[in-house]
Amino acid sequence: MKITEEQVRYVAGLANLYLTDAEVKRFEADLDEILTHIEKLKEIDTSDIEPMAQVLYSADETATFRPDIPAPCLSNRDALVNAPSSGAGYFKVPKVIER
Amino acid sequence: MQVSSLTIGSVKRGLLDREFSAVELATEALRYAEAENAKTNAFLRFSPERALALAKRVDAKLARGENPGPLAGVPVAVKDVILTRDVITTCGSKLLERYVPPYDATAIVRLEQAGGVVIGKTNCDEFAMGSSNENSAFGPVRNPVAPDRVPGGSSGGSAAAVAQGTAVVALGSDTGGSIRQPASFCGIAGVCPTYGRVSRYGLTAFASSLDHIGPFARTVKDAAVLLEAIAGRDSADATSADAPVPNYTAAMEGGVAGLKLGLPREYLSNLTSETGDLIASGLGVLEKLGCQVREISLPATDYAVAAYYIIATAEASSNLARYDGVRYTARSERSGALADLYRYTRGEGFGAECKRRIMLGTYVLSHGYYDAYYLKAQKVRALIARDFAQAFQLVDAIIAPVSPFPAFRLGEKIDDPLAMYLSDIYTITGSLAGLPCMSVPCGKTAEGLPVGMQILTKHFDESTMFRLAGAFENAGGAA
Repeated sequence: MKITEEQVRYVAGLANLYLTDAEVKRFEADLDEILTHIEKLKEIDTSDIEPMAQVLYSADETATFRPDIPAPCLSNRDALVNAPSSGAGYFKVPKVIER
Repeated sequence: MQVSSLTIGSVKRGLLDREFSAVELATEALRYAEAENAKTNAFLRFSPERALALAKRVDAKLARGENPGPLAGVPVAVKDVILTRDVITTCGSKLLERYVPPYDATAIVRLEQAGGVVIGKTNCDEFAMGSSNENSAFGPVRNPVAPDRVPGGSSGGSAAAVAQGTAVVALGSDTGGSIRQPASFCGIAGVCPTYGRVSRYGLTAFASSLDHIGPFARTVKDAAVLLEAIAGRDSADATSADAPVPNYTAAMEGGVAGLKLGLPREYLSNLTSETGDLIASGLGVLEKLGCQVREISLPATDYAVAAYYIIATAEASSNLARYDGVRYTARSERSGALADLYRYTRGEGFGAECKRRIMLGTYVLSHGYYDAYYLKAQKVRALIARDFAQAFQLVDAIIAPVSPFPAFRLGEKIDDPLAMYLSDIYTITGSLAGLPCMSVPCGKTAEGLPVGMQILTKHFDESTMFRLAGAFENAGGAA
């Protein structure tokens, strides 16, 4: 086994993802199978290889810089328009700090 | 007018000859698309107000004798992961059922500046995660060629609409094959341009180092015209490339004789199906056109699926963290404390495939596993990119399959996620390297199911890709 039920529950906690018991069982099996396939990567020698974080092509280091000029951004109203709960120009969430 | 067989060229002629106005075309295109949609479920929503306002603008320009733009009046379908201001954009997710974007994606702005008319938003796998369109919260899409089969994914709705004739062209997004694979399943052209060629501003992020916007069309030329209209540097996306955008349609005029094509040994060794036979006869057509075919090797191919599903899910787990019940419409009724609000909103809102990928991505990034998984995958990604760079010293383009098999039946593979991931092998290698790649129709199986041939070229060399695909299409494909 590559992953245990306990690990599945721990990872779901890290991801802030509520899972039902049935989902925990299902993902334990799925992740186990996928992680077993991923083990394959151990076969390939990458000792002198630089990790590739993004696609790079030959260009100046500053090729994607833009002038630092302020421009209009989303209005407060637009930013809040999709909030499930808002008020006084802010997103509203349940109380997190006791008085 | 027969909207289902229009091309960008025939729309232009119709408008210039006053055969129809842009408003008449938009009205008829919307009527037809709405009437036909029940057959495929390709569209999730139509945008008649926006379409008619844009069509009026095109008519006004025509009346004043101004150039209305290269996409003037063309009805376009847009995948529902690309933001359209004031038009609900769901990403195929219950979480965003009521999400109204406050701004337009750059690709949409450019498309509309070129005269394009967005008629609606198309169905897709939730947050573009899937290869069959069965992961949409709003029901699967049916393949217009064979209604008991999937259209491919994740841009299944866009591919189906173009194949069905309910849109002239469409925009999709491709992270690991999500444009090319549905294009091949539906028998149309689908293009994943060079990474950075089209701005990702306003494309809902799945895996930022792999996400692309690209076109679907019934002809190679239409795909080239649409890409040209949306491509180019955008200061709102720092990863968009500052590279000149050539005139792709002019580039298509050149011949293909003498072009050197590479056939990856690793791709064809285990492809003995009808798909393999069709790709082989497609190569025969290209050889008759004067191309030279030689075998090449991409030795890291075997590791691509593993590397891709580490990198893509790691990035996805981070990108999807924003759907937490605070900013994006959905919030669980069960929520009590803030931590529960996050957990329940996400648990109730995401579908099974998104959860699976969030779990895998969170796991590979978690403490103690980062080096073994994420860092290792990034190194393997570098090897895959190096394989391609070496191959492109020998050849001008690489020819490959798109999918190991044609469109499968609805429900056939949904219970086996690993098998579904493994079937992405031929498309994810090009994605990891950031290369331009497209699917062009390459005949049909005995059952009548379309098969696509993939063409990959060097970074920013979409011109050679379009030239080959256009010549192949003119020669009748593999049929």
